Amino acid sequence: MYQYTAFDRQFVHQRAAQFRDQLTRWQTGKLSEDDFRPLRLQNGWYVQRYAPMLRVAVPYGEIASRQLRVLAQIAREYDEPEAAVFKTAMEGQGLLGTTFLPKNCAHFTTRTNVQFNWIPLSKSADVMDLLASVDLHGIQTSGNCIRNTTTDALAGVAVDEIVDPRPYAEIIRQWTTLHPEFAFLPRKFKIAISGAQDDRAATGWHDVGLHLLKNEAGEVGFKVFVGGGMGRTPVVGTVIREFLPWMQIMNYIEAIVRVYNEHGRRDNKYKARFKILVKSEGQQYIDDVEEEYRQIVEIDGGPHTVPQAEFDRVAACFVTPQLADMADVAPAALDASLKAQAAEHVGFGRWLQRNVHAHQNAQLRAVTLSFKRPGQSPGDATSEQLIALADLVDKYSAGEARVTHDQNVLLPWVHASRLFALWEEAKALGLASANVQLLTDMIACPGGDFCALANARSLPIAEAITQRYQDLDELDDIGEIDLHISGCINSCGHHHSGHIGILGVDKDGKEWYQVTLGGSDGSDLSGTAVAGKVIGPSFSASEVPDVIEAVLTTYRSLRDSGETFQATVRRTGLDPFKEAAKLARHPAKEALATA
Amino acid sequence: MKILASQDHQPPAEGDNRAVALANDADALALPLDGVERVDLHFPNFTDGRAFSQAFLLRRRRGYQGDIRATGDVLIDQLVQMQRTGFSSAVLREGVDAADAQRQFDRFPAFYQGDAVNPQPHFVNDKAAV
Repeated sequence: MYQYTAFDRQFVHQRAAQFRDQLTRWQTGKLSEDDFRPLRLQNGWYVQRYAPMLRVAVPYGEIASRQLRVLAQIAREYDEPEAAVFKTAMEGQGLLGTTFLPKNCAHFTTRTNVQFNWIPLSKSADVMDLLASVDLHGIQTSGNCIRNTTTDALAGVAVDEIVDPRPYAEIIRQWTTLHPEFAFLPRKFKIAISGAQDDRAATGWHDVGLHLLKNEAGEVGFKVFVGGGMGRTPVVGTVIREFLPWMQIMNYIEAIVRVYNEHGRRDNKYKARFKILVKSEGQQYIDDVEEEYRQIVEIDGGPHTVPQAEFDRVAACFVTPQLADMADVAPAALDASLKAQAAEHVGFGRWLQRNVHAHQNAQLRAVTLSFKRPGQSPGDATSEQLIALADLVDKYSAGEARVTHDQNVLLPWVHASRLFALWEEAKALGLASANVQLLTDMIACPGGDFCALANARSLPIAEAITQRYQDLDELDDIGEIDLHISGCINSCGHHHSGHIGILGVDKDGKEWYQVTLGGSDGSDLSGTAVAGKVIGPSFSASEVPDVIEAVLTTYRSLRDSGETFQATVRRTGLDPFKEAAKLARHPAKEALATA
Repeated sequence: MKILASQDHQPPAEGDNRAVALANDADALALPLDGVERVDLHFPNFTDGRAFSQAFLLRRRRGYQGDIRATGDVLIDQLVQMQRTGFSSAVLREGVDAADAQRQFDRFPAFYQGDAVNPQPHFVNDKAAV
């Protein structure tokens, strides 16, 4: 992974010191609440329903074991609400039926960051110093600025990779970090980058989506998409450039963002996202960007044209690590040995099939550790689990892991001969659910239990569905499917892109849930990126698991041999699913009583 | 960068073209600059970042040498950004303590990007590796 230089490291420490200065001025009354808010947001500090939330940046998802250990320390020592705060939260959420609120834990997000839900603001500057000690920070993880760039969790190891996106993601990270002109955009701005055949980074759903590719001459460049985004107006990005030479990427993004900064709407925050500008201006926006880009290159001299030497310096960090005990075994022998182990241990066989991914290096595999299991929220890890995870990362993956878009953790450098040992250890830790890409490998936001924006809770819905589908044979039979749950229309749980999407809505002060079908993140499995369609009026919380079951039962009765859920929905249309969902509604009285 | 208290700032006088105020939605590339000694750019709210782009275009794209002044909701935590995008003076919002301002300029010895003052990015200036 990228190795921080003295400059990079000092920069993060200076940022932590700057935040302490701002916090102190706020605490002493020199900075008003309104003036402090955007400053803390741009360091990752929100104030949520009961307590602050910290979002730590994990640039393009790459994280080192030493960083995981510090996250564990923060979970243990700081993610601890004062008794009165916790009591208020439990009482407040208890009225809705919540019986458990996780604390002393970290939460992996869809944008490959890490969140904590209970750290008091009074301790925030200490936490930033601690993060800085391992090159971590919360820079631009919130606020109306350019956010963390995300990529494919299999970047640099995927067998279908055209170009490794990581060096470009790092160059983008540096360019976006404290950009003086673009810290107060009309709204937040997100970039995702994919370098593989299969788009595993949901690039179509980002403000800027980048696809690395090679032209006929073998030169590397980007296909550039603009104007994607979720929220209340879901829009899939459109192509603005078929091929942009790689060294121009910063100049071009500068043009994209400058035109947005100048012309994006600021009068209505629901119309302020970049996608609205792109949609309303259409070709005019594209022409403006091309003209601005021309002037950046021709008049300004294209100062951010990336020199080959700089690219090489960054790219040199992204090499296959030397594994101390990496034996060079014939691939056929490795496969034979894995096959024998799988035959002997059914659970290992399942895990091998679901959680282990092919690798560019025939000796190695990438392994997803599943953070989707009963009793814990999707993507949650306790401090103890984070330490155990760091140990596994050190032992099996050269000290490097990836936070995935699906809220799991991926180990990119596991030798095939050590998979069985890793499985046994992961199983003992509860991190070996063989459910990757299956129903219970769902995406869910923290929802109304934590988030002040949410209309409804996500976590109890996630837990109820997880509890109901614990039979691996049944999950396997249902097959590959994306279930995405958001507690409100801000869509942090990406419900728009779920094959099944669940959206929390507020009606008369009660929690209700809209169910959508057929959404896609743009991956090969899901098909062209598109927002799912609603299958009827919203359901009560207690109805949701029954509705999901009815939808899945309908799929199983309608599917052709080998057909995925998504393919069936696209073939049959929504009507049979609407009908089934309607029949799964509870009698009116009961629905109201439990809603 | 010159920091002004609000009472030390005079808005451009009508009919005097030596100082002009450019509206937020006006095109900085179209502003006539002949004989203009000062351009005021306005922050209606400090979270409205349009003036940063206007300053950058005036200073960098057009090579304007005169004073570019930040007015309106100007806080000390945006001063460094203002300087980097080409502002040369700023009128602090009433009630803001200028004493906390200077150390903000001293905090970061360098940045990643090129800007209006130092057009070269860090990777060109210092070979980044250090």
